[in-house]
Amino acid sequence: MTTLDARGLSCPEPVIMIQKAMKTKEASYVMMVDNHASKENVTRFAEKAGYTVTIKENGGEYTLEMRK
Amino acid sequence: METNIKLTKLASCAGCGAKVGAGTLSQMLEGFQTHFDERLLVGYDKSDDASVFKLDEETALVQTLDFFPPIVDDPFLFGQIAATNALSDVYAMGGEPRLALNILCLKDSMGSETVQEILRGGYSKAYEADTIITGGHTIHGAEPLYGLSVSGFVHPDKVLTNSGAKPGDVLILTKPLGIGILTTAAKADLVDEMLLNRIYTQMTFLNKTAAHIMKKYEVHSCTDVTGFSLLGHSFEMAQGSDCTIHIDVANVPYHKEAYEFAEMGFIPAGAYRNREYAENGVHVAGDISRAMQDILYDPQTSGGLMIAVTEKDADFLLHELTESGVPAAMIGYVTETQEHSIILK
Repeated sequence: MTTLDARGLSCPEPVIMIQKAMKTKEASYVMMVDNHASKENVTRFAEKAGYTVTIKENGGEYTLEMRK
Repeated sequence: METNIKLTKLASCAGCGAKVGAGTLSQMLEGFQTHFDERLLVGYDKSDDASVFKLDEETALVQTLDFFPPIVDDPFLFGQIAATNALSDVYAMGGEPRLALNILCLKDSMGSETVQEILRGGYSKAYEADTIITGGHTIHGAEPLYGLSVSGFVHPDKVLTNSGAKPGDVLILTKPLGIGILTTAAKADLVDEMLLNRIYTQMTFLNKTAAHIMKKYEVHSCTDVTGFSLLGHSFEMAQGSDCTIHIDVANVPYHKEAYEFAEMGFIPAGAYRNREYAENGVHVAGDISRAMQDILYDPQTSGGLMIAVTEKDADFLLHELTESGVPAAMIGYVTETQEHSIILK
């Protein structure tokens, strides 16, 4: 599992980060983001790539678990 | 001083995507004391594109201000886009722009050639719009910004607000959607040059021709579709006109490439703000994908006009627009107010 921290980044940087990471085609990834747009955009990218996304919110920050 | 800097790297967000959400603005202005003047035909209360003040029986003054951070790296092109976008607000009110002032914020690292190119871009579009730039104001700041405050004129009886739509009207949109998504994808270097050139051409295409043509027909309402997206601006038109707007999504023109980028999550933050603002008033009656909805909420920079025209004139207006090279399409119609402000099908 690869863990990525995209907190402090604005779109499209978190999506570019997950796009690069997913080139290794691992079964699961975890990414932390700190805004609604990044949460939605990374979710869209992961779902398009065939992953199921589970989102946990904690004080305005989001942890996205992406699994094949 | 650097000369070969990437303008978009100096900005935290791009173009009309930087616009503060519509709901946020109206909340902030609530309760402020202002003078009442019956000559003020259009003020901020209807969230319109520009203010309109009656000077005499024949003339009203149209005033607007629009500026934003760089949406492209080419400074000349940025100047052109910002000016095209600012001038559009006067066209959307049925007016003719005549005078403008530059508003410019420079970052210290920008070279003088870059600044000159931005201004040259602005002047070129003002010239095309028969508008004279008479001066302006320039400051240093954290990121580059450019735009114009534009003044124009309109006959007081021929002002086109965004709150005049009537049941039976047909809606015509004069530019395809997807600019915000495509410029976000361009930041990730995913957009090829041919497509980039296509959207640059669109963003520097004045709404002048469309505005001149629409004045020949029985148009009840007009707005330009910019930062608040098609649905945000439709929501304002529906609320202001006390009507319901029906959008035939299959007829809405958009750049096809934007659909795939939306599915991949290359969506500007402004699209989510627009969704938050308008979605309670939107009823999705058909099977409309999430990506298509994202396009409908996508903030447009220098977008087209949305025109509410009588049904009897709609075909003729559309025909004349397309014959004149304006990429217009009929996207929906207006009815008496229903449970929702906007119905997508």
